Amino acid sequence: MAQRYNSGLGWADVTPKAGWLNRRQLMMTMGAALAASPALAATGPYSTDEAPNSLEDITGYNNFYEFGFDKTDPAAHAGKLTTSPWAVEVDGLVDRPGSYDLGDLLKGLPVEERIYRFRCVEAWSMIIPWNGVQLSHVLDRVGVQPGAKFVQFTSLARPEEMPGVKAGLLDWPYREGLRMDEAMHPLTLLATGIYGEPMPNQNGAPIRLVVPWKYGFKSAKSLVKITLTDRMPYTTWNALQPKEYGFYANVNPEVDHPRWSQASERRIGAGLFASRVDTQKFNGYGDLVADLYKGQDLARDY
Amino acid sequence: MLRDTIHRALRPVRPWMVYTLGALPALLLVVDVFTGNLGVDPVKTIEHRVGEVALQLIVAGLCITPLRRFAGLNLIRFRRQIGVLAFVYAALHLLVWITLDLQFRWSEIGADLVKRPYIIVGFAAFLMLLPLAVTSNNAAIRRMGAAAWQRLHWLTYPAAMLAGLHFIMLVKAWPAEPLIYMGAILALLGLRLIPRAAPRRVPA
Repeated sequence: MAQRYNSGLGWADVTPKAGWLNRRQLMMTMGAALAASPALAATGPYSTDEAPNSLEDITGYNNFYEFGFDKTDPAAHAGKLTTSPWAVEVDGLVDRPGSYDLGDLLKGLPVEERIYRFRCVEAWSMIIPWNGVQLSHVLDRVGVQPGAKFVQFTSLARPEEMPGVKAGLLDWPYREGLRMDEAMHPLTLLATGIYGEPMPNQNGAPIRLVVPWKYGFKSAKSLVKITLTDRMPYTTWNALQPKEYGFYANVNPEVDHPRWSQASERRIGAGLFASRVDTQKFNGYGDLVADLYKGQDLARDY
Repeated sequence: MLRDTIHRALRPVRPWMVYTLGALPALLLVVDVFTGNLGVDPVKTIEHRVGEVALQLIVAGLCITPLRRFAGLNLIRFRRQIGVLAFVYAALHLLVWITLDLQFRWSEIGADLVKRPYIIVGFAAFLMLLPLAVTSNNAAIRRMGAAAWQRLHWLTYPAAMLAGLHFIMLVKAWPAEPLIYMGAILALLGLRLIPRAAPRRVPA
């Protein structure tokens, strides 16, 4: 599906597929041979050179409450999700509103390969090699009107395919939002794949938001609507527990979650004894995004 | 009657055998470590599994008295072993948190112990279980006297409530599992509030 938006080269060109499919199993069978294999090459100025998690990690450990509370629920239940055809409604303060077929919305836009750190508000993290287009390119295509100050993203809520929606676990549909400058930032991605393959259902197929300097819950999955608006939009977690989940939700080791510390994180896939690493401000993307928040008190605007 | 059948079936079971049974979850975990069967996030899995076993043993321990009172089922000779095992798993849970999860980051551990309500609540529950484990032997009962020993062991009740609360406080939204544990703990404690019938008068 999403593959048709991809350029010719993929992750498979730089890393043996068996390596990203299941690094853990590979280590058991190949042992030291792995150490000699070339590292995954970072592409472009926005990618980290840290080694990405295996596809097994990335697709087996998900917060996607539409499919249930458990980290393994999305992998277990997302197989039923219908992702084709897929339409994205664009409305609000745009020149060309309407319901766009996903293929039309992205046609001709450059698909980037970006290896991003991904930091969950629950204090775990992964390295994920995304494929996707910059959100700014899509917004340029639909024509943002000058009055637009924020973007709201709405995820699919289809009870017949999503047990967590049927059970009413949250106030569906899931909604998230960004300020216009955050939305237009080149780091902000509409991702359509991982490791050069179409987006796995449990990771938010066929198209999801990725905002690498913010906690993972900002990166809404399986998008069906993008709304340009002049006011700060409703966002799901913020509405549920406003003291715990702010609108900005920038990764920040200096501002703790009320119930737990954000000073460090467990790196998934790093094994039993080396999994905890320091959390970086803006998840390590401060050079690129800190300017967006100049003059803002990040302890107040958490 | 079912009750008598259970009593008969349990007659050959010696209290120490409870320890053997209680070691199984830990052994299973060790097997899973070596077979790579702990999923994508093994540290969390280990931490949660030993914590949950501790909680299950606390609930099991709280069942003993109501079972005897309301169902006539007497399992009291296994209660000490259940309690000691609950403490052991709670201690393992704490140990896994310090070693594998926080990885000896003492400044973060210290900050969590004074700042994080769910950590404080969990640690308080552990501290309450500690004197109970230390006095879980006949010598301590003799030394303290039965009445004082029993008063001390009422600490089980607040410890159980804090352990249940600890679980509820660390989740996002409202998943069912921690609420079920808390419900069970409160129900088992509530049963103890039902007044006992006045002693039947023996006809003269």
